[in-house]
Amino acid sequence: MSVQENYKFVQTTRASRVAGLAGVVILIALIAAPWWAGRGDMRLLSEIFLYLSLAALWNLLAGYAGLVSVGQQAFVGLGGYGLFALAMFFGIHPLLAVPLVALIAAVVALPVAVLIFRLSGAYFAIGTWVIAEVFRLGFAQVTSLGGGSGTSLPIGIVKSIAASRSMRESVSYWMALGMIVLVLAVVYFWLRSRHGFPLTAIRDNELAAKSLGVDIWRTKFQVYVLTAGLTASVGALIFLQKLRISPDAAFSVNDWTAYVIFIVVIGGIGTIEGPIIGTLVFFLLRGFFADLGTAYLIILGLVAIVVILKSPTGIWGWVSKKYDIALFPLARRVIRINPSNEDRNAS
Amino acid sequence: MEWVNAIIQGILLGGLYALFAAGLSLIFGVMRLVNVAHGDLIVMAAFLALVVTQTLGIHPLATLMIVIPVMAGIGYALQRGILNRTLGDDILPPLLVTFGLSVILQNGLLEIFSADNQKMNAGAIEIMSIPVADKINIGVMPLIVFGVAVAVIAGLQWVFYRTALGRAFRATSDNQSIAQLMGLNNKHIFGLAMALALVVVALAGVFLGVRTSFDPSVGPGRLIFGFEAVIIGGLGNLWGTLIGGIILGVSQNIGAQINPGWQLLAGHISFLVVLAFRPRGLFPRIEG
Repeated sequence: MSVQENYKFVQTTRASRVAGLAGVVILIALIAAPWWAGRGDMRLLSEIFLYLSLAALWNLLAGYAGLVSVGQQAFVGLGGYGLFALAMFFGIHPLLAVPLVALIAAVVALPVAVLIFRLSGAYFAIGTWVIAEVFRLGFAQVTSLGGGSGTSLPIGIVKSIAASRSMRESVSYWMALGMIVLVLAVVYFWLRSRHGFPLTAIRDNELAAKSLGVDIWRTKFQVYVLTAGLTASVGALIFLQKLRISPDAAFSVNDWTAYVIFIVVIGGIGTIEGPIIGTLVFFLLRGFFADLGTAYLIILGLVAIVVILKSPTGIWGWVSKKYDIALFPLARRVIRINPSNEDRNAS
Repeated sequence: MEWVNAIIQGILLGGLYALFAAGLSLIFGVMRLVNVAHGDLIVMAAFLALVVTQTLGIHPLATLMIVIPVMAGIGYALQRGILNRTLGDDILPPLLVTFGLSVILQNGLLEIFSADNQKMNAGAIEIMSIPVADKINIGVMPLIVFGVAVAVIAGLQWVFYRTALGRAFRATSDNQSIAQLMGLNNKHIFGLAMALALVVVALAGVFLGVRTSFDPSVGPGRLIFGFEAVIIGGLGNLWGTLIGGIILGVSQNIGAQINPGWQLLAGHISFLVVLAFRPRGLFPRIEG
C-alpha cells in the first residue's frame, strides 16, 4: 500500500471556499455601487481599493521577495506623470494610458533594478529612496509638466473620459475596483504558480532557497519589475482621480510608502490577507483620528513598531495561527483520504 | 575661478556630509543595522540645540555640551529599549522599526516646531572668511565643520583600532556568539555603539543648524546624503566615507554651478555612477 493512495494534496480549505463565495457576492455588490452608494462613499471606496492595491504590491515585494523598498513612490509618481504626459502630449485616451504606463514603468524598472540590486539588504531600501528622489527632482525639471509646481489635467481630456460628471465618477470608481481585483488576482496566482515556490522559499529562508537551486536574483528581479508596472498603473489611477499632479505629491514618501508599509505591517506581512486587514484597520482608524493630522501618522508609526516587536506577523499572522485558517490558501496541505488503510498499515 | 571656488566649497560641504555619514557607517559596521531614522535624529539634534540656545542664550557651538550627552543617552536607551530586540537574521524588523521611528520623529518635530524654517545664529564667526586667491574665500565656519569631520573620523578610527571598546566593537561585529563567549555583553556593546553614533549625530545636527536652515522635513534628505557618502566611499572604510562625502559635495556644487535646479540631482547621479561602475564603493573594506 503506497503512501500516495492514502494522502492527497489540497490547496483549498473550507474557509477559502467560504471566502471565495463571499468575495463574489461582495464583488457584485461593489460593482453595483454607483446605484446604491453616494459620491462620498464611492470616493472613499476608490481610495481604499487603490491603497489596498499598493499594499498588496508592496507586500509581494517586501513580504515575499524580501525586497524592502521605501521608494515605491518612484513608480506611483511615474505612473501619475506618465498618464498626464501620454494624455497631454500624445493625445492618448486616459483609460488607455493606465495599462500603457504599466509597460513604461516595467521597462524603466529594468535598468533601475540592475543598478539597485547591487545594494544588499537594508542599503537596498535606501537605494530605492534615492531612485524616487531622482525621479522627483527629474520631473521637477520638466517645464512642460509644470516644473516644481505641477500641472492640472486639461478639461478637454477630463471630459473625454465621460461627458457627465457622475459617469466620470462611476468610471473612475470601476477602474479602481478593477485595479484591486487585478492586483489581488495577479499576486495570488503569481504565488500559486511556479513563481510562487521560489518566492515563498526566499521568504522563509533565503540561504536555504539558494542552496536548493533557486535563482534568487532572477526571482527577485521578476517581482520587482512586475510590481513596478502594476504600481505605476495604480499611480495613474490615483492621479486620474485627483486631476492634478506635482512632484511633491506624486513622489511623496509619506503618502505612497509610509502609510503602505504601516498597513502591511499591521495587517500581517508575508500573507495575502494581511494587506486587506491592514487597509481596513487603516481606514477605520483614520475615520476616528482624521482630525489629528500629523498625529495620526505618529499613532500609526507607534502601532506598527509595537506590532513588529510583539507580533511580527501582524494581525493576520496572529489570527491565522490561532484559528488555522487561510482565506487565500497558498500552502499545500496533506489530507489523509482513507483512514482505515492507514490504521491497517500502522498496526 | 568660479569653478575652482565651487570645487573648494564642495569639498568643505563634503565635511558636513561625512559627519552625516560617520554615525551611519559606525552602527552598520558594528551591528549591521541601517538606521533609517538617522537623518531625523540629526534634525532632532539641531532642534535640541535651537531650544538650548533660545532658553539659555548661549552660543550654538556651546550647546554641544548639552546636546552631545543628551543624544548619547537617547542613543543608548533607544538601542537597549527597542533596537536590540529587532536584531537578528531577518533584516525586516530593524528596517521597519527605524522607518517607523523616522516617521514618528519627523511628525513629532512638525507638531512641536511647525514646518517653519529655522536657523541658529552663530554670530560674527558665520561671516568670517579667509581670502586665499582672487574671488576665492574660505569661510571660517565651513572650515571648522570640515576640521571637525576630519577629527571625528580620526577619533572613530582611533576608538575602533586602539581602544578596548573598539576591540569589543570589532569582536561583536565579527562574530556575536564568540564575542559573548569571551565575556562581552553584546546588548551593552550595541548600546554603546549607538550612543557613540549619536554623539556624531549631535555634532552633525549642531553644525547643520549653524551652516544651513533646517525644518522637520529635511531628515530623510540628510540620511540619503550620508548613505551616499558611505556607499561611494566603500562600506566599512571611515576615511573612504570622508572622501565619499567630499565627492558628493563637489558634484552637488558643480551641478549647482551648471543649473541651480541640478544641485541635488548631480549628487544623486554621481552616486548612481559609482554604483554602476564600482558597486562596492571606491575603497571597500568589509562585506555588506
